[in-house]
Amino acid sequence: MAIGWYLVVSALIFCIGAGGVLTRRNPLVVLLCLELMLNGANLALVAFARMHGGEDGQIFALIVMVVAACEVTVGLGLIVAIYRRQLPIDVDQLHELNG
Amino acid sequence: MSAVLFFIAAIGAITGAIGVVALRNPFYSVLALVCHLIALAALFLLLRAEFVAAAQVVVYAGAVMVLYVFVVAYVGGGDEELAGGSGLRILGPLFALALAIELCIAMLGSALKGISSHGAPYVLGFGTPKHIGTLFLTKYLFPFELASLLLMVAAIGAIVLARRRRGLEYDAEEKSDLAIRTRRPSYTGTMAEAAGVRHAVEAVEQEPDVEIAGTPAGTGRGSGSGDGGGGGQGGW
Repeated sequence: MAIGWYLVVSALIFCIGAGGVLTRRNPLVVLLCLELMLNGANLALVAFARMHGGEDGQIFALIVMVVAACEVTVGLGLIVAIYRRQLPIDVDQLHELNG
Repeated sequence: MSAVLFFIAAIGAITGAIGVVALRNPFYSVLALVCHLIALAALFLLLRAEFVAAAQVVVYAGAVMVLYVFVVAYVGGGDEELAGGSGLRILGPLFALALAIELCIAMLGSALKGISSHGAPYVLGFGTPKHIGTLFLTKYLFPFELASLLLMVAAIGAIVLARRRRGLEYDAEEKSDLAIRTRRPSYTGTMAEAAGVRHAVEAVEQEPDVEIAGTPAGTGRGSGSGDGGGGGQGGW
């Protein structure tokens, strides 16, 4: 398959993730949608690595996976802390930082 | 053959992504994400990225998703109600659609010659752990070390954020746990219930009967249950 097809799939995955981040209100699902966006970017990176015939894009993709794992651990820790403090698990109601 | 595999994997990946966004129960969202990740690993394999595909399945679909399932079972998100007056509910999908159209225009109008090709010629062993590891330890040594440092900082940060603060307002915390547990769906539970440290939901529901029978509040519960801190709360 031509590289462009992979890029179309990655763009679709990224946009679905972006829509999910904007519409869902459960922070757990927001984190899952962030994962979707990162995975779309990963697919584009690997596709471009294939296009150029070098492995540097795959290195980038692995680093993105590491960063995503860090983001997940910190985000889930925050959700557990929110749960322990009896706050609602809803990003619309957690607006103390709104200014 | 590769075209058939590509379309199967692509449809799986996009269906999984839609499932993550559209399903109301967070637990099903996590399961949809696992399907999405496995389909994405197949796409990586089609792009000759063996090591990235393996890392995707092992790290993401294996480890990170277990973390997600654990937290979903602990917090017990339940079903999210649809009624929300926020304007983002309408604007969000519109924004995503606009972004998709814009990205597709950018790809169609791109002057990159390689996009319509099937990829550059590659050497034998492209994307194998040997090549990736060599690159990581020579050309990309500094990002590699930085990533390991970032992982350590994230792990310590998660422990600090999520640890249980013992000693401070222990009774209040116990009471709040009970209050939350009554609202939780029946198929979720906490670690304390699984380990038998705390009462299960049924035991809590039987509590008023014991008190009506004349037992003084505070002595009727907690005997032999192990949570000595919450024994004196009359209402429960």
